[in-house]
Amino acid sequence: MASELRTSIPAHIGGGWRKWRGFVGFGLTGVATLISLGALFSILGYLVIHGIGAISWNFFLKEPAAVGESGGGIAPSLLGTAILVGISMVVGAPLGVGVGIYLSEIAGDTRFARMTRIAINTFIGVPSIVIGIFVYFVLVKPTNTFSAVAGGLALGIIMIPIMARTTEDVLRLVPNSIREAGLALGAPKWRVTFDLVLPAARAGVITGGVLAIARVAGETAPLILTALGNEYYPSGLFKPIDEITLRILKYARGPYDVWHQQAYGAALILVFGVAIGSLLLRLTTRDYNAPDR
Amino acid sequence: MLPTGRAPCTADIMDKEEQNDATSSQHWARDRSPSEERTHLKVGPKAASTPQPTPDFKIAARDSDMSPNSHSKSGAGEACKLQISNLNFYYGSFQALHGISMGVQKNRVTAFIGPSGCGKSTFLRTLNRMNEETPQARVEGEVLLDGENIFGLEISALRRWVGMVFQRSTPFPKSIFDNIAYGLRIHGADPASLKDSVEKSLRRASLWDDVKDKLSQSAYGLSGGQQQRLCIARALAVNPEVLLLDEPCSALDPISTAKIEDLILELKSSCTIVIVTHNMQQAARVADYTGFFLMGKLVEFDLTQTIFKIPSKKETEDYVTGRFG
Repeated sequence: MASELRTSIPAHIGGGWRKWRGFVGFGLTGVATLISLGALFSILGYLVIHGIGAISWNFFLKEPAAVGESGGGIAPSLLGTAILVGISMVVGAPLGVGVGIYLSEIAGDTRFARMTRIAINTFIGVPSIVIGIFVYFVLVKPTNTFSAVAGGLALGIIMIPIMARTTEDVLRLVPNSIREAGLALGAPKWRVTFDLVLPAARAGVITGGVLAIARVAGETAPLILTALGNEYYPSGLFKPIDEITLRILKYARGPYDVWHQQAYGAALILVFGVAIGSLLLRLTTRDYNAPDR
Repeated sequence: MLPTGRAPCTADIMDKEEQNDATSSQHWARDRSPSEERTHLKVGPKAASTPQPTPDFKIAARDSDMSPNSHSKSGAGEACKLQISNLNFYYGSFQALHGISMGVQKNRVTAFIGPSGCGKSTFLRTLNRMNEETPQARVEGEVLLDGENIFGLEISALRRWVGMVFQRSTPFPKSIFDNIAYGLRIHGADPASLKDSVEKSLRRASLWDDVKDKLSQSAYGLSGGQQQRLCIARALAVNPEVLLLDEPCSALDPISTAKIEDLILELKSSCTIVIVTHNMQQAARVADYTGFFLMGKLVEFDLTQTIFKIPSKKETEDYVTGRFG
């Protein structure tokens, strides 16, 4: 029987041919990885080469210098970014996590839940400028001013579907046995969800939050229509506010070499800020209480 | 009122008179005010400090100031803790249980054996209404806990009285202490009493010596067998009258299994235990009564020795002698 099988296999499948095909197949994935990494690292290298000269303490601490003068920094942009991300989290995190909990723990597989999932996936793909236009007409026009609140609201709306989907995904990874064990103790469902399921998925929910923050911190388009940008420190939440990508946009399009260098510098800070921020959050929220899956 | 289609079994000792008493005692149980129940819950952990067969004040209250307990008076032998009559269970259109009728004896270990998919776990999960969490699930028939219909009880109270431990150990993402205290907190136990209750539960589950120095550590750091004993301790913390064990040892090594089995034998003095197991030797070792399930039917239910030595049904004999399953 075995020898029959062996002889029925065409000769070219066995031996060297098979190894060679395996080698080529894996080789191609390796090449794809190298090309991609190369592209990413050349971007990073480009930023470092052109931007490192702009980085100094003053760059972090000073307001932008007057046109034509050298020096100056992007402190208002950094502060503005922090404020905008903060507002967006206040708007987006509770709503997004709430939708995720609803979809994973309560809605099940109802028609409404399926439609909500489709809506969320659609919204993740909606270009952010669309949300910018929406907030512009709903908030900026009526209040007659660009503002931090409008910018934060736009970013928060962008955050909702991202948080909703990651939250639903990580909650679904929590073994059902934990829910059953809680219910079997007589705990009501809402307590099982908040005491047991959410803590079990805590690390995943936070990772989702970090990804969402990284995403909105890099948004530019909706902010042009909502936060506008500002040369100075923000004077209030209902006043125009600067953001780091707006600063990059302005400086990159400007005519001065100093501006170009500072645009690179700001981009460098954005990249490293997001990287270091997510790394720190990952480390500080590493959860020894997470169940093994 | 007499349930039809009862399985003929020596364990099923309730006679007609008792049955009537049991059903008539339902009304007072429902009339009890919520506050009364809550005081019970608070005293609960303390009341269990005596590891006696009849520790629970809830039963005591029933016996003393409510209708006289028919079982203890009858002198017919042992008392039925759970009386199941004509129980049918459906997942959608699929009928998973067919007319199950039987009695679970108080302070005894009752085991259910049978091949995979025979309905024994489904049956177990009906006893504390865990199946209601499954969509499309439907149940017909009657399950009486000390004469009270469990389908008329408040579900959280039922599950406090009828605890459950699952096949896979399921520690919560909390410290060892908080794992045990969770059920107590849910049921509104006095925070000051938590420490004692936790220690007592861990001692009852023979886990105290292993974990007393690391109560604040994660429960996931424990070994598989310890995790399972933690789950038993957690179920015991709320002082249940019945403990349902769904293949509690199937993921454990022989030594951990032996520990759990010893524990089961210790616990039966204070709890009524119902265990589902794949392992026939385990049923033979720990159970006083054994039921054999096949294709959603309770084929035979009797004293464990009878089931294993002189089964009356051909299917039972084939299964326990290893001819199939």
